Amino acid sequence: MRLIRDSLGAFTGSDTGADRVVPPTGFTASLTLFAAGAMAFLAVFALALSLAAGRLATSWGEELARASTLRISAPAGQQAQQTEAALRLLAQTPGVASARALSEDEQQALLEPWFGPDLPLADLPVPQLIEIIEEGEGFDGAGLRLRLQAEVPGAVLDDHTRWRRPLVAAASKLRLLGAVSILLIAGAVAAMVTLAANAALAANAQVIAVLRLVGATDGFIARAFVRRFTLRALGGAAAGALVASGALLLMPSAGETAGFLTGLSFVGWHWIFPLLVPLLTAAVAFAATAIAARRVLGDLR
Amino acid sequence: MQLRRGSGTTGHLFYRGRAGVIELDNVAYSYGGGELLSGLTLRLAPGSFHFLTGPSGSGKTTLLKLCYGALVPTAGHARLFGEDVRRMDRDAIALSRRRIGVVHQDCQFLDHLSVAENVALPLTVAGEGGQELEQNLIELMTWVGLKSRADALPPELSGGERQRAALARAVIMSPEVILADEPTGNVDWEMSQRLLRLLVELNRMGKTILIATHDLGLIRSAKSQVQARVLRISNRKLQSAGADL
Repeated sequence: MRLIRDSLGAFTGSDTGADRVVPPTGFTASLTLFAAGAMAFLAVFALALSLAAGRLATSWGEELARASTLRISAPAGQQAQQTEAALRLLAQTPGVASARALSEDEQQALLEPWFGPDLPLADLPVPQLIEIIEEGEGFDGAGLRLRLQAEVPGAVLDDHTRWRRPLVAAASKLRLLGAVSILLIAGAVAAMVTLAANAALAANAQVIAVLRLVGATDGFIARAFVRRFTLRALGGAAAGALVASGALLLMPSAGETAGFLTGLSFVGWHWIFPLLVPLLTAAVAFAATAIAARRVLGDLR
Repeated sequence: MQLRRGSGTTGHLFYRGRAGVIELDNVAYSYGGGELLSGLTLRLAPGSFHFLTGPSGSGKTTLLKLCYGALVPTAGHARLFGEDVRRMDRDAIALSRRRIGVVHQDCQFLDHLSVAENVALPLTVAGEGGQELEQNLIELMTWVGLKSRADALPPELSGGERQRAALARAVIMSPEVILADEPTGNVDWEMSQRLLRLLVELNRMGKTILIATHDLGLIRSAKSQVQARVLRISNRKLQSAGADL
């Protein structure tokens, strides 16, 4: 605890002497900068992935859960009649907020990606689609199917459950994977900084011996290393996060046809997360170096 | 030269009866299964001047390390300013070292810092600074004859200059005790006499001095300058050499 407190003193500006006593160069400097930058870059992408997956899961979970589709495939002469019967039945079904038959233009728009814009819909035996919006607890799917079977024989109810559940589950898993990736990246940063700090402490054993000889406390020696590694990690992570944020900004906008790959960028206040990545990296580096310094200094009397 | 603190009087000999600034009480030290020192008792009184002699490998450096807490005795008690080393944590030992100036044979400098920065290192470590101390540093560098070499790096110094810089670093905090391990080991006769004069001058300011050396010529030449006690390590024991100079 005291070592952490002493180490925090490195950032109060009250002790600039500790900075100079350790030789300023070494491979650990470049290693720490590069690794912190790369990790921050990956962390920002993992964050973006996790947040985008979260948005997608929410979107699919909320929007699709509230809507169902009724498909009426009947001979040409009976389609309008069965559609009206289905709409009447739906109007009387508890849990159904509204039900409306899609217009010819809307159905054309749905088929356009596959058949092109000039599809002669009127000449084709295309089923009539009815969009159902649910309310409250929703309707009883099994009961509605039985009633439709009796009154509208050409109707098939699709409440989206079958294909919505795995998609929502996949999106949720993706979000979880993103979070796990961030934790792993934080762990990797801690491991890398610990290794680099250990190497630096070992390489500077003679410097530590001289400092001990002239009366340096563990806190003073630790500050020299903690401050250096924390600032390096902060600098490297800031650069990595900046590059990653720039790359995300260059991703195409999602627009109306919001897809997963085009919606990776941060949205609104979520842009605060890439700003937090360097600070968290610095905090991880601070803790890792303080612990490494405590252990190494404890071994050297 | 004006040192900031000073206490005691000159001329105390091997001290009995009163608490010393550094005390070793029936101390033994073993390393790698072998006993280097055994049943060793030493009290350094304030203001006293001691020489420690003995053949190479007899344990002079080990004894000095016991005197500044770098080693903990395997038996017996070592006390720094009245505190048992075993009961002191690392920070307490570090703080006690600010009251003990140590001059190593190999000097031990930080090669990336200038000579002046190395000499001022104890002040840096203690978080002390300011104009008065800066003036003190200049006077100290002048006293040891290194003012013109203040901005040089340690590897650029000659052996004698390094020893004088190490001595300056050892005294900048105006410690009560100065421990020197073969301070004249790498210098010529003239330089060794110059270093001896500096150490005698410090003793006259009230500092307790313990010099480990196998240079009997140095001890003889100190005869006319200071009243000192000569101790000898022989067969792992500390003996009075019976040669008050």
